[in-house]
Amino acid sequence: MQAQQYRELVKKKKPTRNSFKNMFWAFIIGGAICALGQVFLDIATALEQTKAEASAVTLAAMILLGTILTGLGVYDEIAELGGAGAAVPITGFANTVTSAAMEFKREGAILGMGSKMFIIAGPVIVYGILSGFFVALIKSIVLGLF
Amino acid sequence: MQYLIAFLIGGAICAISQLILDYTECPPAYILVGLVSLGAILNGLGIYEPFQEFAGAGALVPVLGFGSSITSGMISEVKRLGWEGLFTGAFEITGLGLAASIVFSSIVALFRKPYK
Amino acid sequence: MNRIGEKTVTFDKQPRIITSYTIVGPLEGLGPHALTFQEIMPDISLGQDTPEKTERLILEMAIEKTLQSHNLKAEDIQFLIAGDLLNQIGTSAFSARGYSIPFLGIYGACSTFCQALGLSCMLIQGEFAQKVLIGTASHYQTAERQFRYPIELNIQHVATNQHTVTGGASAVISVDGEGPRIIDATFGSITDYGLKDANDLGSAMAPAAFSTLKQHLTDTGRGLDYYDVILTGDLGIQGSKMLKLLLEQENYSGLERLEDAGVQIYGTNQQVGAGGSGSACVAVMTLGYLLNKLNSGKVKKALVIATGAMLSSLSVLQGDSIPCVAHAISIEG
Repeated sequence: MQAQQYRELVKKKKPTRNSFKNMFWAFIIGGAICALGQVFLDIATALEQTKAEASAVTLAAMILLGTILTGLGVYDEIAELGGAGAAVPITGFANTVTSAAMEFKREGAILGMGSKMFIIAGPVIVYGILSGFFVALIKSIVLGLF
Repeated sequence: MQYLIAFLIGGAICAISQLILDYTECPPAYILVGLVSLGAILNGLGIYEPFQEFAGAGALVPVLGFGSSITSGMISEVKRLGWEGLFTGAFEITGLGLAASIVFSSIVALFRKPYK
Repeated sequence: MNRIGEKTVTFDKQPRIITSYTIVGPLEGLGPHALTFQEIMPDISLGQDTPEKTERLILEMAIEKTLQSHNLKAEDIQFLIAGDLLNQIGTSAFSARGYSIPFLGIYGACSTFCQALGLSCMLIQGEFAQKVLIGTASHYQTAERQFRYPIELNIQHVATNQHTVTGGASAVISVDGEGPRIIDATFGSITDYGLKDANDLGSAMAPAAFSTLKQHLTDTGRGLDYYDVILTGDLGIQGSKMLKLLLEQENYSGLERLEDAGVQIYGTNQQVGAGGSGSACVAVMTLGYLLNKLNSGKVKKALVIATGAMLSSLSVLQGDSIPCVAHAISIEG
């Protein structure tokens, strides 16, 4: 059999991902994490002066939660079921940082953990800032903010 | 009521991400990068802030909110400082998330090993 | 020339596996063939502070206990052939430090075991050695970190993902003594059908297993039903399915004799995706499960085909396809 034919056969015989089930659990887990965030947000809004501060406190609390669940070895189990539902919320961002920190600690505090902590989260920051920069640049020009 | 909205909106964002993930079979990092950039663009178009007003944590907690915060931080700094704001604004709001991740993760890594 | 056909080497000295030792991790210890392994680790770390050190310890223990079980000393062995999955085959080099045996480090990914077995037989057939020690080890956590992601990262595994076996195995191949005999070996060439999905290595490796198997059968003039068992190494559920499809297309009969180490090592309820992988997988299944059957006479003739996906974490990122290799060794009880 030729390579080309075989590649097509592999594609045909590949087990289909159970999208409906995956989406259902992503919805439930992601929704639950966001609803929990809303609990924090409501508490923070009652305690803090401004909206910005309330959002900041909420995000910090969610990050703490993601970090602790990762440290307890639970977060990857949640993600096994929840998929994007666990990866997309900010708790998932915290998980990428914590899991890398725990993993690369073995190579030392500086060249291991220090340099590789953002090995997974890095692209999110890099492309967030790049897109933010160009969007803000265009918007500033359009609005005549300079 | 606000809890239900946060649940539904947040859940929907995650479910759509999962659908793209399953359909394209790309690494999850691609989805996250896409979402953060989308958040930055939606904020630039003036859509994300009203959306967040409505959805609450359902818009704040997904990584879309992270991208949106980068743009809005930059814009507010541009208003205050001029062009320098494009650079100083990047971490204006998101700096908290980054610093919190670094501090909490380092503390956890001190005490915990990967376990399986 | 000790050769038949185009690519097969034969051993009329019929080297024997005189002793061996297999160690598996706790997860593998719950599998259906756990009783055929000599040792099951109580936990995944064995008290070491990094999994890399644990992997070394596993290989050291396997080598040491193989020698002890037959009262052999380092002076009795002429060569030590070992390999593993990690960069610069570090595990093997570190584990071999304690032995003044000439060391040959090899890399064949998950095919390492059969490569080592075949090479040791050639050394013996060529009268360069009387006894050769072979060994390999792998560890779930070291492989994850080298080829995939941090352990605790939020990753959803897919059905074709394979789980790297934690374990190690070692054996002494000798020109004399008692034990199953190695009859011939077919070393495969690199086969690359252009598959790129690192989440589905089974499908990528199936053509390599197929071409080596076909070559072996052509060279020796045997059919699949000549063997009681044909144990492929780490194709997993998906890869085994693809291999059977390839064989069916060329009208081979006796497909029911095909078994796969990756499929068999775990139970169906263990949630490990498509099955086991890693250099230890086919090694422990051959020296545990299969050797047990050969020694008890349930199996008289067996063929072991270990397949290796020779990818690296860099080649995947650079968009390269996955070169694969497979080596076949026929063993008789």
